[in-house]
Amino acid sequence: MDQILGNIDLLIQFPIVNLKIIIDGVMIGALFALAAYGLALVWGVMNVKNLAQGDFVIAGGYVAWWMTQKGIHPLLGVPAAFIIMWGIGWIIYKLVISRVIERDLFTSLLATFGLAIMMAQILNLMFGSDTQSIDLGYETLHFADGLIDIPISKLIGVCMALSLAAGVIIFMKRSRMGQAIRATAQDARAARVLGIDTEKVYAFTFSLNSAICGAAGAIIVMAWVIQPFYGITYSIRAFVIVTAAGLGNLPGVIAAGLGIGAAEQYGSHIFGIGYQQAIAVLLLLLVLVVRLLIQRRKRQVLQ
Amino acid sequence: MNAIIEVSGVSKSYGGVKANSDISMQVQKGGITGLIGPNGSGKTTLFNSIVGYHPIDKGSIKFEGSEISKLQVPAIARLGLLRTFQQTRIYGAMNCVENMLISMPHRKMTFWDAFSRNDAEQIERAEGLLDFVGLYEKRYLRGGSLSFGQQKLLEFAMALMNEPTVLLLDEPTAGINPTLINGLIDRLKRANSEFGITLFVIEHNMRVIMNMADHIYCLAHGEMLASGGPEDIQNDQTVIDAYLGAH
Amino acid sequence: MTRLMPVIHIVLLALVIAAPFLLPDYRSSLSALWILIIVALTWDLTGGQMGYNSLGNIFFYGTGMYVAAVITIGMAYNVGEYTDAAGGGIFAFTPTQYFMGFGFGLIGAGLFCAACAFIIGSVTFSLRGPYFAIGTLGVAIAAGELVSNWEWVGGGQGISMPNYPGEQERLFTYFSFATVGVVLYIFLRWLYTTRFAAAMNAIRDDEEKAEAMGIHTLRYKLVAWAIAAFFVGIVGAIEAFQALHFEPLETAYQTINLGIFMVVCVLLGGKGTLWGPIIGAIMFHVFKEITWNYFLGWQWVALGALIVVTVVYFQDGLMGWLMSKKPEWFGIRVESRDTPTAEAAE
Repeated sequence: MDQILGNIDLLIQFPIVNLKIIIDGVMIGALFALAAYGLALVWGVMNVKNLAQGDFVIAGGYVAWWMTQKGIHPLLGVPAAFIIMWGIGWIIYKLVISRVIERDLFTSLLATFGLAIMMAQILNLMFGSDTQSIDLGYETLHFADGLIDIPISKLIGVCMALSLAAGVIIFMKRSRMGQAIRATAQDARAARVLGIDTEKVYAFTFSLNSAICGAAGAIIVMAWVIQPFYGITYSIRAFVIVTAAGLGNLPGVIAAGLGIGAAEQYGSHIFGIGYQQAIAVLLLLLVLVVRLLIQRRKRQVLQ
Repeated sequence: MNAIIEVSGVSKSYGGVKANSDISMQVQKGGITGLIGPNGSGKTTLFNSIVGYHPIDKGSIKFEGSEISKLQVPAIARLGLLRTFQQTRIYGAMNCVENMLISMPHRKMTFWDAFSRNDAEQIERAEGLLDFVGLYEKRYLRGGSLSFGQQKLLEFAMALMNEPTVLLLDEPTAGINPTLINGLIDRLKRANSEFGITLFVIEHNMRVIMNMADHIYCLAHGEMLASGGPEDIQNDQTVIDAYLGAH
Repeated sequence: MTRLMPVIHIVLLALVIAAPFLLPDYRSSLSALWILIIVALTWDLTGGQMGYNSLGNIFFYGTGMYVAAVITIGMAYNVGEYTDAAGGGIFAFTPTQYFMGFGFGLIGAGLFCAACAFIIGSVTFSLRGPYFAIGTLGVAIAAGELVSNWEWVGGGQGISMPNYPGEQERLFTYFSFATVGVVLYIFLRWLYTTRFAAAMNAIRDDEEKAEAMGIHTLRYKLVAWAIAAFFVGIVGAIEAFQALHFEPLETAYQTINLGIFMVVCVLLGGKGTLWGPIIGAIMFHVFKEITWNYFLGWQWVALGALIVVTVVYFQDGLMGWLMSKKPEWFGIRVESRDTPTAEAAE
């Protein structure tokens, strides 16, 4: 308890520490938002709630890590993870997801939960359970008398995340496929009547989601660390963000993503690093309760 | 006769569109009250406000003298205000008798009553009510295998099993074969006179409501247009205009 | 069939009693099977009968373990000092202390978990469908993480339990589980004939209609979950005594192991039936034992694959499959539609 109060006191005494925490949080939050965007996309288009979302992220990270081990430049790992995870996403769609789309929601949740367990265990068997990271060998920038330090690798990572997000958004707005995806999300039956091949749209959307997650994972492994069993926490973060922001609300997803990043950093600063996972989950419960109270005022339930 | 449901000054709008504005009306205890109006006149909005499906912007809704406009759907239902659904809702996987037994008035049971079995008396009552609506022969069939009209009758029998104080019917004749409508009207009237259940009926079909209700309210464009006995409404020029204008 | 039922039950009971003596080498495996049967039956109470698919019932298992440990240790020593010393040999327990702790630990765990179900449920039962599943999963994960930071109960290191004061520990554990399982079976057999069960099924099939008919939906949901929590808590407590040492994330709040296995057992056997979860648990247990012995290292992948395949291809389970093939075995009457109707006769 004393330690917690001491940590809070530190924040008040040295306001610059707040800035450091927020910068740290926003940088990782950008990657949470990326995974959450993919989740919202799949959720909105085919009504599948993907609990394996975080494991796609981690799998993408291992793709990039493995390629670096083979002597390929780390920055190439991001596009490589994007492409390989696209393929894996497509295979998973054909084998599993395409058969749960029309079923009740619990089916998709449970099937992807099983998938998450499988993927985590396969990664564990292939790469071992140690945490892994890629050292890009770049310097770290120091500000404010060394209180704030920003590794260049993290900056590069955030820039790549931003350009990936921008690319996806432009694609969704401009391309024919993007339009077809948005039409299917609004009303799949109407889209089918209008001649859109929704089966193709679903496969494409799921593969795209997997690819986005893969790229996010490849960025994470450059600046942070990954481990086969970290996936579930990333999935829960994505659920927190989407539950808080709602579907089809891009600014909301970005704001919630950065917010949860910052909140986690604050939490682990105040309560200690051991609570980081607990904070992600408690935020989920908090968001659910808040949405519940809002619904109750509307005399409705959250469904 | 006194008012069992009192709606006073209720307004409800959906994002700028006024679905109900300043509606006041009463449902008399023991009577059959009708609510009519052309499509889009705000009947269903008012109905949903009463059963607690959404919050109202202004006004008050009282049931037996106490305010219910802030309560949630289950709490309102437990006061004895029962509704049927326009798209009939029955338990398709259960047979008719099971459907009836589920409709037992749980609000009148104590907690421990729920942990006992249904005795012969209740099964007899369920079968009696099924006989009342003409489904006795089909009592062991699954609800889902009945035709739409039969499902509607089953839902009505379930409502009677529930011993409600007030029964709110949302378009009871919608989608029913016209030859069956008279039978249904007759049963509704008998439910009112024999079981003493107050009825509040929303109807689109003028003929049905004129045959049944002893007091009628007419809505148009979200406002109360007219009210009175069937004769008054039938001869009210504004009501006729509203119906003709809507078509 | 109905006349045969008492005979079948007596035979089954005899088998339950004889099993550990007939298969002495498999006593711990049989205990593990009982755990699966009990958690699957209780999961089906809310998941299959009521349509509320919880992914967080493992919360009660873990909590039951910890409550039993705290009660047993707390009756003899100071829990904080005990965990500081990492349990171990310094703190000895007399047989009286052990069995007192066992008795009170089981009852305490059951009651505490039932109370937790009431408190958590009053919030989570306003969540429907997938939100309920994710919300309860969140509760289980959060509990594991919080307990692993709680030094008073041993933190991430876990907590040790006293040793069984006697020779026949495996038999004692087996019969503890079997007693709970048999009691649960008899209880559910009775419960599923009451109005309460009908109300649960009504909530599952159409909750909005059930609400509109004035059924106390929230009350029934809470009671059902509390019953499930009570039994899961007791099972957790027995497992705490069997495990001797347990830690929060992998053993107690094992979200991705037992937490999901119980759902798979129910799906394999068939949701919403009394025997489905039991048969499913046996099927799952056999599969698990085989993969553990023959798929060195890949057993977890095989289990994940089993989950996916069950959910995607075989969701109605064995009983569901039988029910669609032979509805008359389950007392379901199907008549053709063109029989003259009462309606037409008017």
